[in-house]
Amino acid sequence: MPTDAALDPGLSAPAPPAPPARAGREVIYRHTVVVRITHWVNVLVISLLLMSGLQIFNAYPRLHWGLYGADADHAWLEVTALNPNADKPTGVVNLGGHKIVTTGVLGVSAGGDGAYTQRGFPKWATLPGDQDLATGRRWHFFLAWVFVVNGLIYLLFGLFNRHFRRDLAPTGEQLKPRSILGDIVDHIRLKRPVGEEAKRYNVLQKLTYLAVIFVILPLMVATGLTMSPGVDAAAPWLLDLFGGRPSARSIHFITANLIVLFVIVHVVEVFLAGMVNELRSMITGRYSIKTEVRP
Amino acid sequence: MTRLSRRGLIGAGALGAGGLMLAGCNRLSASTPFQNFIGGAEDLTFSSQRLLLAGQPLAREYPASDISPVFKSNGTHMPGGEAYKALLEGAFVDWRLVIEGLVRRPSQFSLAELKAMPARSQITRHDCVEGWSAIGGWTGVPLGHLLRTVGVAPAARYVVFQCADDLDNSLDGSGQYYESIDLFDAFHPQTIMAYALNGQALDPPHGAPLRLRVERQLGYKHAKYVMRIQLVDRVDNLKGGKGGYWEDRGYEWYAGI
Repeated sequence: MPTDAALDPGLSAPAPPAPPARAGREVIYRHTVVVRITHWVNVLVISLLLMSGLQIFNAYPRLHWGLYGADADHAWLEVTALNPNADKPTGVVNLGGHKIVTTGVLGVSAGGDGAYTQRGFPKWATLPGDQDLATGRRWHFFLAWVFVVNGLIYLLFGLFNRHFRRDLAPTGEQLKPRSILGDIVDHIRLKRPVGEEAKRYNVLQKLTYLAVIFVILPLMVATGLTMSPGVDAAAPWLLDLFGGRPSARSIHFITANLIVLFVIVHVVEVFLAGMVNELRSMITGRYSIKTEVRP
Repeated sequence: MTRLSRRGLIGAGALGAGGLMLAGCNRLSASTPFQNFIGGAEDLTFSSQRLLLAGQPLAREYPASDISPVFKSNGTHMPGGEAYKALLEGAFVDWRLVIEGLVRRPSQFSLAELKAMPARSQITRHDCVEGWSAIGGWTGVPLGHLLRTVGVAPAARYVVFQCADDLDNSLDGSGQYYESIDLFDAFHPQTIMAYALNGQALDPPHGAPLRLRVERQLGYKHAKYVMRIQLVDRVDNLKGGKGGYWEDRGYEWYAGI
């Protein structure tokens, strides 16, 4: 059914005029155009959201739990300098009672003139590079709108064309403990699937994508909104949900770290699975799979 | 081309593109038209929040047990100058709050007169733009009551607060703190001119003798050391033209997020 495939091209749908595959390989149409576009918008927007977020974090590089939190209150995480006015200040991270020296990266790093100064995250990690909270906020809230609109397009499309049901929902068989265990072993042994198995995501992949799409990223938006005093007045239940504005700020920071962790694993997996093939599939939509195990 | 070098090339390309993007973003940050472009999202935020707050809900109020042990003071801790020093030494007996501009009856009020007016007490959370929060109990006169007392002229759209502190220690007064809000926020029941924090008369670090509380917005809107309230139809002809001390230095006029 070439017409149906063109209208509803999913992970397993056959490719409309596919380029000839090499022997032992098959080219499938893996990613729809909406998935590809929203993916690359996310790459750009999430990178810049992270960096402008670190700029905002630097304005008050301490994190608290609870309803209030300022200088005099206990911080569970603090990025600071031991002797900020010394010639050679020492950067430290105080994390749950432990002091970790991080001079050069966290707490103390090179400023505009190259000399070590007190800063939460270093110049190269923040947007803009120099300490400028007002511009960091302007970037962050602009990007947040782009992120939300991009995400809504993806979600609506995913529901509408059954992308979630067809490609991301694990099958009952995939969810069996033996199958999950087998997948973990395959990951550890860096064994890649071939043939029919390669046409769908494995169960760890599916669960990770579902967690990112439906838990991590919405959590990012919700905790971000909870830091807004205006939104808090309109939706005070957000404060109850997260246990206060300082808690929401902490969860926002932790969740941002989880996104970074996901991206690292994601990019490593892309490398392991064949970077050119994977990148091509996210650009043109076409993905080449091995149809059989070579002897 | 070998597989490895192709990989290396793509990797190097990605790194290079990332570096260029960063340099580009930093350059864009310095460009006024681009700042205005991304600042356009602020209008969207403002409109969305006004929609959400159309019913004028109250900011959350907390029980006394949730009050911060120390309420952080930020910005000015003690205004400079002989005039403020003299007022402080006289326990603000000679201080007058001036209300002028687009009002029917320009007026002056002493601290005692303000304290004799209907008061509102509220334990609310103060959110600084930097990211910290503190909970404190404020007592003061609802700004709406003051505005009804003096009578707002139909042309008035904004309430401007002129303060005693010069945050830049400028000689020409360009660093004099000021703020502005619109009438939507001015008449909100929790918008008060506070003279007490946690049951005590305001001390200089927290804005003695009188400060604005405009719950639902960030800390820099809550002008301290208020000397004069002006009703105006526009704010773009004041000082830097952006409606406030921090606004003139790049921060947003609407500080609901």
